[in-house]
Amino acid sequence: MSVVTEVSPDGQKLTISVKGRFDFGRHQEFRESYERLNQKPDSIVGDLKDATYLDSSALGMLLLLRDHAGGDDSDVRVINSNSDVRKILAISNFDKLFDIS
Amino acid sequence: MQAQEPLTILIAEDSAADRLLLATIVRRQGHEVLTAANGAEALEMFRRQSPHLVLMDAMMPVMDGFEAARQIKALAGETLVPIIFLTSLTESEALARCLEAGGDDFLAKPYNQVILAAKIKAMDRLRRLQATVLQQRDLIARHHDYLLNEQRVAKAVFDKVAHSGCLSAPNIRYLQSPYALFNGDLLLAAYTPAGDMHVLLGDFTGHGLPAAVRAMPLAEVFYGMTAKGYGLAETLREMNAKLKRILPVDMFCCATMLCLSFQRRSVEVWNGGMPDGYLHRIATGERVPLAARHLPLGVLSPQAFDDRTEVQTMAVGDRVFLLSDGVIDTTDADDRLFGVERLQQLFAANREPDNLFAEIEQALHAFRGEPRDDVSMVEISLLEAAHVVPSAPVYSDSGQSCPLDWSVSFEFRGATLRRFNPLPYLLQLLQEVHGLRTQGGAIYSVLTELYSNALEHGVLGLDSSLKRDASGFARYYEQRNERLEALQDGYVCVHLQVKPQGAGGCLVIRVEDSGKGFDVARVMERPLNGVRLSGRGVNLIRQLGHNASWSDEGRSACVEFFWEG
Repeated sequence: MSVVTEVSPDGQKLTISVKGRFDFGRHQEFRESYERLNQKPDSIVGDLKDATYLDSSALGMLLLLRDHAGGDDSDVRVINSNSDVRKILAISNFDKLFDIS
Repeated sequence: MQAQEPLTILIAEDSAADRLLLATIVRRQGHEVLTAANGAEALEMFRRQSPHLVLMDAMMPVMDGFEAARQIKALAGETLVPIIFLTSLTESEALARCLEAGGDDFLAKPYNQVILAAKIKAMDRLRRLQATVLQQRDLIARHHDYLLNEQRVAKAVFDKVAHSGCLSAPNIRYLQSPYALFNGDLLLAAYTPAGDMHVLLGDFTGHGLPAAVRAMPLAEVFYGMTAKGYGLAETLREMNAKLKRILPVDMFCCATMLCLSFQRRSVEVWNGGMPDGYLHRIATGERVPLAARHLPLGVLSPQAFDDRTEVQTMAVGDRVFLLSDGVIDTTDADDRLFGVERLQQLFAANREPDNLFAEIEQALHAFRGEPRDDVSMVEISLLEAAHVVPSAPVYSDSGQSCPLDWSVSFEFRGATLRRFNPLPYLLQLLQEVHGLRTQGGAIYSVLTELYSNALEHGVLGLDSSLKRDASGFARYYEQRNERLEALQDGYVCVHLQVKPQGAGGCLVIRVEDSGKGFDVARVMERPLNGVRLSGRGVNLIRQLGHNASWSDEGRSACVEFFWEG
């Protein structure tokens, strides 16, 4: 599994971890990871610790996730991105939409 | 057992007794039987009746089974017609020869009915599999052709839209695969009415026709608004709003848009999500990065969209280089990125600026092991303003309803000045006067300068001496953005007056502002052909218009244009 999800015991926090290349091939898995939940979590964390690469369709998937989580009112954080991934996020200025660390 | 569809099976066997025996067995298993007594007869039968499967004796008079098998396989072409050799041969070499001649299997004499039935069945399965594969291959090929044709048509239509601009201008060099559009890459360039040049390099998420389709509205906004005299900010706002409205949430367009001004010798830049572009200052060799400061187009709502641009000064011969992420995102066999550092090494190693594209292409090829077709690069250099010859716009009206004797006055106040650009409207109004059309560029340049002088030095009180050097130039535009954002009061008035004069006529433009004015006498003393960064606006107005004069301590400017009948 290259997309792994974990919900906190109280159901308030969803963590989605993506491993390997985060590109269009992960589209289905990534969407399902948050769409299949019965309870909408308060906050979502995208953990990119093991993501080696990110392409523009992955950026699109992050936008979809943000939209699903409530758009401007959402609380979506992107954590543990490596330097390559962080560069791509920086070029796209995604730090204006997401809390990136 | 699953019922098998009856097959037509050719039996080639020289022994009449064996032939009859085999024919009886096969018929009893539910198949149609054709018979031949040697290879030549078998071949003839195959030509006429096209059986599904052949049972072939190896040793036969006239033509043996090996030769017949070879010829039948050649006739069958891509269709699989399984051939099972009937043989009393036992040594492995002879059996191998059967398969080499094109046989698919063999059956030892004397015949075992159960094994024969099983082999026919297995061969039939193979035959059907092959037929399915061929059918699907042909289907894919047809779809592929269809898709290519769709792309050709889409490209032809798009080329008409996208290349209506000035990509062929002498100061633009670009490299794009012919089907870059289907990789989501988009390159547009057009002259503004004032003779500036707008360039956009964009990169849509996604590939293929969907990406190409989305490029159309963007190109139309770009060309439409550039031709009408809108600036970067208004054009970008419109493009963002349009894409936000029509694109799904996960689709957007990274883009860098430039306004290169030959008159003012500057470049205005907005970069949303594209890799750094570079302004290459030839005199110092410095490459100033034009970094992405914004989210891509189509992500933010119109209210949240940030249209702030940066302005850099340029000298004649300086170049602006833009590239798509295909360059730095190229990966090698180990998934390593080509990256910005390698690109900068190429910059440093480059001796002949015109070879840069080729050197980058070669480096990408060597890094990746194969060429890429989704790399877009463009380089625009600053020419002497006098060398720029924008193509004249084409008008289709008859000229019978041309207005020749009128005047109009506008007063633009604080909140309007902050966001609204009145110049395109004023220009359109003046374009109704046929006699002025040939001077449209000059009139627009002068109007632009008068308006920005009134706004920037008058209403906003910006000090033009800030623009003495390159860093001050950038600071000037930062201050402009800040003060404009905070603007509450003040006004700019524009009076236009058109009067007939003999067979021709005269246009008087007067622009007034609420500012402090300036020392007219001192500014007018400066030589007309100076190359200073500041004060170029005033010189331009005096060179392009007639009888330029300032009154009311510099708060009121007046210029005239004439035309002959």
